[in-house]
Amino acid sequence: MPVISIGNLVKTFGAIRALDGLDLHVEQGEVHGFLGPNGSGKSTTIRILLGLLRRDSGDAQVLGADPWRDAVRLHRRLAYVPGDVSLWPNLTGGEAIDLLGQLRGGLDRRRRDELLHRFDLDPTRRCRTYSKGNRQKVAIVAAFSSPVELYVLDEPTSGLDPLMEAVFQDEVRRVKQAGATVLLSSHVLAEVEALCDRVSIIREGRTVESGTLTELRHLTRTAVTVETARPVTGLDALPGVHDVHEVDGRTHLEVEPAHLDELLGQLIRFGVRALTSTPPTLEQLFLRHYGDDPAATATGAAAVPASPGPATVGASDVDAQADAPRGGAR
Amino acid sequence: MSALTGTTLLARLVLRRDRIRLAIWVLGTPLLGYALAGSVAGIYPDQETRQGYATTSASSLVARAFNGPIHGTDLGAVVVAETYVTLALIVALLSTFAVTRHTRQNEETGRAELLGANVVGRYAPLTAALLVIVGANTVAAVLLTVALAGAGLPLAGSVAAAAAIGGVGVAFTAIAAVTAQLSVTARGANALAAATVGLSFVLRAAGDVLGEQSADGTRVRSAWPSWISPLGWGNQVRAFDGERWWVLALPVALLLAGVALAYALAERRDQGAGLIAPRRGPATAAPRLLSPTGLAWRMQRGTLLGWAVGVAVLGLSMGVAADEFDDMIDANPAAAEAINAMGGGADLINAYLAAMLGLFALTIGAYVVQALLRVRGDEADGVLEAALATAVSRTRWLGTQVLAATLGAIALLLLAGVTTGLGYGIVTGDPLGQAVELGGAALLRLPALLVIAGVVTAIFGLLPRWSVALSWTALLVFLLLGQLGAVLELPQAALNVSPYTHVPAVPAVDPAALPLVVLAAVAAALLAVGVAAFRHRDVPS
Ligand SMILES: Nc1ncnc2c1ncn2[C@@H]1O[C@H](COP(=O)(O)OP(=O)(O)O)[C@@H](O)[C@H]1O
Ligand SMILES: [Mg+2]
Repeated sequence: MPVISIGNLVKTFGAIRALDGLDLHVEQGEVHGFLGPNGSGKSTTIRILLGLLRRDSGDAQVLGADPWRDAVRLHRRLAYVPGDVSLWPNLTGGEAIDLLGQLRGGLDRRRRDELLHRFDLDPTRRCRTYSKGNRQKVAIVAAFSSPVELYVLDEPTSGLDPLMEAVFQDEVRRVKQAGATVLLSSHVLAEVEALCDRVSIIREGRTVESGTLTELRHLTRTAVTVETARPVTGLDALPGVHDVHEVDGRTHLEVEPAHLDELLGQLIRFGVRALTSTPPTLEQLFLRHYGDDPAATATGAAAVPASPGPATVGASDVDAQADAPRGGAR
Repeated sequence: MSALTGTTLLARLVLRRDRIRLAIWVLGTPLLGYALAGSVAGIYPDQETRQGYATTSASSLVARAFNGPIHGTDLGAVVVAETYVTLALIVALLSTFAVTRHTRQNEETGRAELLGANVVGRYAPLTAALLVIVGANTVAAVLLTVALAGAGLPLAGSVAAAAAIGGVGVAFTAIAAVTAQLSVTARGANALAAATVGLSFVLRAAGDVLGEQSADGTRVRSAWPSWISPLGWGNQVRAFDGERWWVLALPVALLLAGVALAYALAERRDQGAGLIAPRRGPATAAPRLLSPTGLAWRMQRGTLLGWAVGVAVLGLSMGVAADEFDDMIDANPAAAEAINAMGGGADLINAYLAAMLGLFALTIGAYVVQALLRVRGDEADGVLEAALATAVSRTRWLGTQVLAATLGAIALLLLAGVTTGLGYGIVTGDPLGQAVELGGAALLRLPALLVIAGVVTAIFGLLPRWSVALSWTALLVFLLLGQLGAVLELPQAALNVSPYTHVPAVPAVDPAALPLVVLAAVAAALLAVGVAAFRHRDVPS
């Protein structure tokens, strides 16, 4: 039974259509990455899952229950780290953690103290004096101190330093080991790559991709650079091969993973001297989906992009890094 | 001057953000002044009635304490005595909150940081706020002059009276500019500045009470404490009685000194930091904090304590003053009539006590609004979202807030009645009996406060984004209906809108159960609507 199951979810705010038929399925025990550009509807989806927002239409089930009607009962079984943590300004961090934990139904004191230590958080300071990162730590400590079945984390590490990021990743692995399910909305690609079993990518309120990272990689073209004894010809005619061009006697091209075999068959005839094949980086994958051209990205799993998306810029790995139009996504 | 770069731009931003508030302020005070001047002219039309008013006001310590010193028998002087303290308090608080809103609050929310990273000088935000707020006070004073002169008062006196009120605004603008540097939070800055307003009121009241009555009996010469109160300065201008223009230099001097001090403090501190360092606290929560109720108490207790101190001081002094009231009434049939209109009933002391309890109920209404609006503040901040994502239902959360506000209101009402009774009883020799009687009488006002709680809750449920504006507007309307409705001769149907209209004016009249039951039922209905709407809407919205 899926822990989270959302089908055709729609949510509007006046004229804004924040969610436009979104689908999301999260299985028991997995860490599920929830990705999408700013404003694509991640926080809105999460708030609907928590029964904070009311959906306009569509199905939503969390742990087998309706998140709006059974909110209170469900909340005993899940912990939430909001995207923009704000706390009671005149409580100390320690008090806020205890309060959130107790309101949720109790927390593990030993874990709480251990987490405070690991996250290097001073619990005697008033919440109003905390930086963004420290407020986030309070919410993270409060969440992970509660032994629950589902952790809903909305960009939980956007204010953490790399050291704390590592501690956070350890915690996610720990609760996963213990059998919990994690929904992790994140922009930190390294974090997603390190933690997530499966990811869903959304755009403008719709799911555009969903699957394991390996599966998603298969949807994006592999960059190939080949050096041959004789000049290569006839590549343009091959199915699934794109963007062929020659630089300094080397041929650069991109190929859809499904057609790699045919490509190699063709290349061999020209005497291959050197060949590098670069699978798409996660960054390229996301840039393709985050990019401006929805036609190129919204076509779903089996579709072949009609035009080269942003991720296909640059023929070699090195070039790809230099040419990527939105290299700052990391 | 690079420290001021961007001031014009920021001033325009302040104007843009506050265009509605400023319009209400700048147009509202003159309109209120005009309406009040007209109605006072109707009540005291001739020299004879004004002579009586001035003599009584000058000899009554109560009138001195709450209306300030009277200066002669000109119609303008009577208008000033009847309106100055109210208008000055309004202007003082408006200026205070406006300064904090555009300085410390911006720092607290991080908006200032965003602006500060642009081409904006260090002093620019403060300067922009001060320019706009001093400007608003100036424009309001000009319009108030026009309003008073338009109501038929002498021009010189109108200028002086309006400038006196504008001067109060300017003085508290300066004070708020300093408190905004001291406290880290907007709440703290407002609390410090509001405490200064309260202190100024007390100093002025003390100075005026300790002052001397002039030989002809129609004037009061205030004692020194009035001179160290910015609220007192306005009276010392003596509008309509040989104006002393030089006194108007005092608020201007305070403005210059305050601005200089604020700049010096701003120079010495970091963005977002204050000079009053926040204390550390416990690393773990006490068990009693760990529930919605415990949290509500923790959030309310500071506010409640402040209110309790204010209510107790006011109650004792009003009680003590009650005895003196008899003499004042004997000398002034017009005032007797006014008090009768406020409280009704034959026994004037009881009418006075009933009127005072009514005033307390109105004031405590502000506590109820303030306490309940916390939920909206939490929602806007995002704290509510975190709380409702735990295993606490919306009904329980909101219900707890309503309960906390109600318990606070009960405590404050009881305190108001008991302290008034104690004060009156000490003078008349029956402190305990009076404390019990007036404590009970005060509690009878609770249903009206429950209606206020219901109104705020319903607004919060149905129109969350408008909670703050609508709730305070509702209370202000009730206040104006109660305080000025009779003077302005509004129709009964209008007066009936206010829950306070329906509370029996005990001890002036016998208690009646029916209106209280009806009020309680209305309150329950409003609360039910509010909770139901809250359960069915988005959070945050
Ligand atoms: N309360 C609201 N009122 C109006 N629009 C909203 C509200 N909340 C979110 N939106 C809009 O819905 C869209 C999705 O927002 P959000 O879920 O916060 O995106 P994300 O978390 O992916 O950045 C955005 O266009 C945002 O402006
Ligand atoms: Mg978000």
